[in-house]
Amino acid sequence: MSKRGVADYIRETQVWKSIFRHGPPTNARNRAAVVAGNVFLHLHPIKLKKSGVQLGYTWCMGGLSFFVFLALTVTGLLLMFYYRPTAEYAYNDIIALKEHVPLGIMREIHRWGAHAMVITVWLHMFRVFMTGSYKPPREFNWGVGVILLVLTLLLSFTGYLLPWDQLAIWAITVGANMAKATPFLGHGGPGAALAQIGDFVMVSDKNDVRFQLLAGRFVGEPALLRFYILHCVFIPLVVATLIAVHFWRIRKDGGISAPL
Amino acid sequence: MKELINIIADPIFSFPIVTTLFVLMMKYYRIVGTKKFGIGALLTAIPVATWLCLDPNFRKIILWPDNIPINIIIILIAWLTWYSLYRAALNDNRLDEGLGPWEGLPENREKVWVWPNLVYTELMCIIGCTVFLVVWAIIFKAPLEEPANPTWAPNPAKAPWYFLGLQEMLVYFDPWMAGVVLPGIIVVGLIAIPYIDTNPKGNGYYTIAERPLAMWGFLFGWFVLWQYLIIVGTFLRGPNWTYYGPFEYWDFHKVVAEYNVNLSEFFWIKWLNRPMPANMFVREFFGILITIGYLFILPPAIARMKWGKKIIANVGQIRYYITIFLIIGMASLPIKMVLRWLFSLKYIIALPELELNL
Ligand code: HEM
Repeated sequence: MSKRGVADYIRETQVWKSIFRHGPPTNARNRAAVVAGNVFLHLHPIKLKKSGVQLGYTWCMGGLSFFVFLALTVTGLLLMFYYRPTAEYAYNDIIALKEHVPLGIMREIHRWGAHAMVITVWLHMFRVFMTGSYKPPREFNWGVGVILLVLTLLLSFTGYLLPWDQLAIWAITVGANMAKATPFLGHGGPGAALAQIGDFVMVSDKNDVRFQLLAGRFVGEPALLRFYILHCVFIPLVVATLIAVHFWRIRKDGGISAPL
Repeated sequence: MKELINIIADPIFSFPIVTTLFVLMMKYYRIVGTKKFGIGALLTAIPVATWLCLDPNFRKIILWPDNIPINIIIILIAWLTWYSLYRAALNDNRLDEGLGPWEGLPENREKVWVWPNLVYTELMCIIGCTVFLVVWAIIFKAPLEEPANPTWAPNPAKAPWYFLGLQEMLVYFDPWMAGVVLPGIIVVGLIAIPYIDTNPKGNGYYTIAERPLAMWGFLFGWFVLWQYLIIVGTFLRGPNWTYYGPFEYWDFHKVVAEYNVNLSEFFWIKWLNRPMPANMFVREFFGILITIGYLFILPPAIARMKWGKKIIANVGQIRYYITIFLIIGMASLPIKMVLRWLFSLKYIIALPELELNL
């Protein structure tokens, strides 16, 4: 303790102390304070079983799903500065992004990150299954996870349309035509023909689920706006909320699973 | 050799092959899950993968930017599957000797500080993941094709890879099944898993021996009906969604004659040698009968058999019927595939008048 380094000096400034309200995390009390006093770190417990820390157990796939989600939020926000969701501008804005933004790899990170999130979420589910971690008391959290998986896929699906290129509209057309075939709710699905009173057709191509999804009968400009809002605002909000529920429940269910 | 691979990669052959491999892997997981086997498999995979990549047609579809993620996930799944089997084999051998699972050893139960232990691991994972993404983004540009043109459809029009399992199901089912009912069953089935699997063992550690039913059921769906179908949809389907071998050039003029026949045509024309009846329900009654039997008679029938009774005694009626219904739903896909390959069967029930084709 005789030699005082620069680090110690900084640690004693008022600025440092106003941010971190505890000493260096070298003793038990301070290690607890670091985790409990930080809004991000306090998602964790203060101590946990060694098996829950080992990469061989969790593969960190849940944590990485969350991290990639955050990375996608940030890169997505940056892309929103350049992108206008109209048939006139959408494609050109993407081109401009490529040609006029120096060293721009935000679109790449966003696109490959979206794929990466699908990968990490799938592998996370695979791990949770292999360790039997869905068993009581974690049944509910598994269900929350499945919804998160579906929403992750929907995020990708809605984002796929935004570049407004051939790949985009035709991939979405394939998907939307499946909605058309929904039993009873899609005009091309089984049962829709039965929903008819006299001449009045209840399920037609002007009001079925595909119409609600695309705001039209084909993938056009209204669909672009609808997908844009779903992709940039609505689904991310739902996902963020459910991730909060997911994390809360991990703690309430007794932390990372381990042999009983 | 390449010719041979082009032939056997066709789902008609590769589906039974993959299913067999799956069964072997699950049966002999204690051998598969050894370090020796793992290293052996890796040392075989590397030269084989290199050899595959030397082929220009194969390289072209492997390196198509939107297919990079599926290459990554295949490698990761292969590795993590081996690793799970390794850990499961380790535990199951311990359990045979009457020891508890490895994860439950006192040194693994011991509590450690989140700071620095967990925070450090997470930081490393985050850094690794960031580097990976940035390198990926620098090497592969995000694709952008021609501007949207509603009057001209590309061929094949493919969804992103993670939906290609569903798109592949369209070969065997109409969109209302492949795009709505079956995905619905998948989601509901996944959510239902913890409520129908009442086996208390295997909670919080790797094991296969202690929960064989859950493992076989879920992993069959996961490997064969999910990943395998995605691989087929991504790598083996070309223009018009016809089959192309991994070394085959995507020739837009390849014509594949397909004459698929409905069950009702088999029934009336081939077997009874009569014209098709005019009334659609009479025409399709045989298929309708089979479907009703499959959905409503088979489950109670199994319930009366010996192992059906055993399951009901264990988990109760409600769980039994939900489980069996989910299994029936899942099994409908391989059943339809096999019927298609063996008999060129198109629809079991064909009621285009009601858009109800099954
Ligand atoms: C956006 C998607 C998701 C995120 C961000 C996420 C995040 C996490 C994190 C950080 C953990 C802590 C342990 C770990 O890292 O493995 C976790 C645990 C868990 N997750 Fe997820 N998850 C997601 C999706 C899913 C899915 C798809 C499932 C299952 C279908 C699922 C089920 C569970 C369960 C049951 C646990 C508790 C595991 C245990 O205690 O061992 N989650 N999740």
